[in-house]
Amino acid sequence: MTIDDELAHYPGAQPPDRTRTLDAHGVQLAVYEWGDEDDRPLLLVHGGFDFARTFDVFAPMLAEHGYRVISYDHRGHGDSQHVELYSWLADERDLLAVADDISREPIPVIGHSKGGGLLVHLIEAMPHRFSRFVAIDGLPFRRPPPDVAERERTLSMHDEVANWLDHRQRAVSLKRKPGTVDELAKRRARMNPRLSLDWLRYIVHQGAQHDSDGWRWKIDPSLRMGGFGPWRARWLTDRLPGFPIPLLAILGTENEPMAWGVRREDIAPFLPPSARCEVMRDTGHFIHIEHPYETAALVLDFLDV
Amino acid sequence: MSTPTFLQHNRIRLAFHTLRAGEGRALLLLHGLGERSPATIPGELLTWPGPVYALDFTGHGQSTLPRAGGYTCEMLMADVDTALARLSSATLVGRGLGAYVALLTAGSRPERVRGAILRDGPGLAGGGATFNSPFIPYVDPEQASPPDPYALIELSTDVRPQDYASGFARRAAQFSGLSQPIMVCARERPPWLAAVIAELDSESCTLQQALSWYADSEP
Repeated sequence: MTIDDELAHYPGAQPPDRTRTLDAHGVQLAVYEWGDEDDRPLLLVHGGFDFARTFDVFAPMLAEHGYRVISYDHRGHGDSQHVELYSWLADERDLLAVADDISREPIPVIGHSKGGGLLVHLIEAMPHRFSRFVAIDGLPFRRPPPDVAERERTLSMHDEVANWLDHRQRAVSLKRKPGTVDELAKRRARMNPRLSLDWLRYIVHQGAQHDSDGWRWKIDPSLRMGGFGPWRARWLTDRLPGFPIPLLAILGTENEPMAWGVRREDIAPFLPPSARCEVMRDTGHFIHIEHPYETAALVLDFLDV
Repeated sequence: MSTPTFLQHNRIRLAFHTLRAGEGRALLLLHGLGERSPATIPGELLTWPGPVYALDFTGHGQSTLPRAGGYTCEMLMADVDTALARLSSATLVGRGLGAYVALLTAGSRPERVRGAILRDGPGLAGGGATFNSPFIPYVDPEQASPPDPYALIELSTDVRPQDYASGFARRAAQFSGLSQPIMVCARERPPWLAAVIAELDSESCTLQQALSWYADSEP
């Protein structure tokens, strides 16, 4: 086994049993499946700046228990197509295209981070399409903004929007920075500081491509973290009390760059009485990567009720 | 209509029309939802003394038709920013959807927008000021042709909160150096526009007054 082969493996990680491309109204989405094709379907939805192969440890654990686990790369992420426009609504429509391709019957779904946020809205719009929902640090909640002076807030927003516009003007010529596997892993560690370098090296092999000048993350370089817009997280949170299907929320306790920082005491007042909320101690945002066995056990217990 | 110049906004080619070349302050026309740039200068704008340009938004007119939607007014603002990069600066006159995008641009590029005139037209209200019932709009992909059906549905249901809109008006006022960075010539008053008027403590005016003000008075 060469060093590259060793890096392309990780304890417990299994590549998907099947991969295919789905035409979602003109956008080509990469779809992955673990488990027997005839088993019960279960859809996993990844978070922003992630990709489906980050479920390589978690998904097989669910498949082992009789599920056909399906995931896909969001538009612009992983092996899915880079497109002209990105929006929350377009992501939801893509998600629904994948669900349509699996079954027209209600299916259980799991969303991590942004994947959970997309699902909250989509399930509220189309409750007849989904049977049970697990949100892994994926419930929208936003604390009131810090009490800063109005002038300071105006200046900060001005800079943020101007920087975004500058980025849009440069986007056509942007390329992800090339590097070695180790360099990409260490770069990602800045946003995923609680995940091991061995894991991050493994996902470089799944989420990056090897060009002549080095490895590059596949994600569309025109996408960037953060941003601004008219959406308010509270619009989704305020509707949670009437959430239409059984819900399991799994939260961590440790804040980190990608975390949503949602605490049980924040979200509990908005959860319907039937919802379950589990907190994993000493755990960050990537709960299913830090503690895949425990997360899978909670999910299976919830799904098998 | 003259052959447009095409400007590149990432993967989108934007049709940029020169309706009248010349020297002096440029006027940039932003059309309404589902519309396209006019072939010639509309009669009511002929009094503008300088060059006049018009931009087809993404998915409209001769600009790129994207795959499977994903429209936001912020992305259309970046379309306008692409045109402003060509012109250096301009006075914007927007109809309907173009009026809202003109407001966003005036608040985001206050050094380049030398006044924004907001007019009635298709798509002025958007989807209202607050989050409505969850809804996932679909269109028939077989029907895709300009104007993009995804644009029609996504940009008529997008939320335009008052505090969000008034924030752009505030930044235009604070950073443009103009005494009147926004002039409202619209009779329809969706909540976002009412909030802008309140933020700027401004009165509505006629189109000719607005054109004259930006052509003659503001630096």
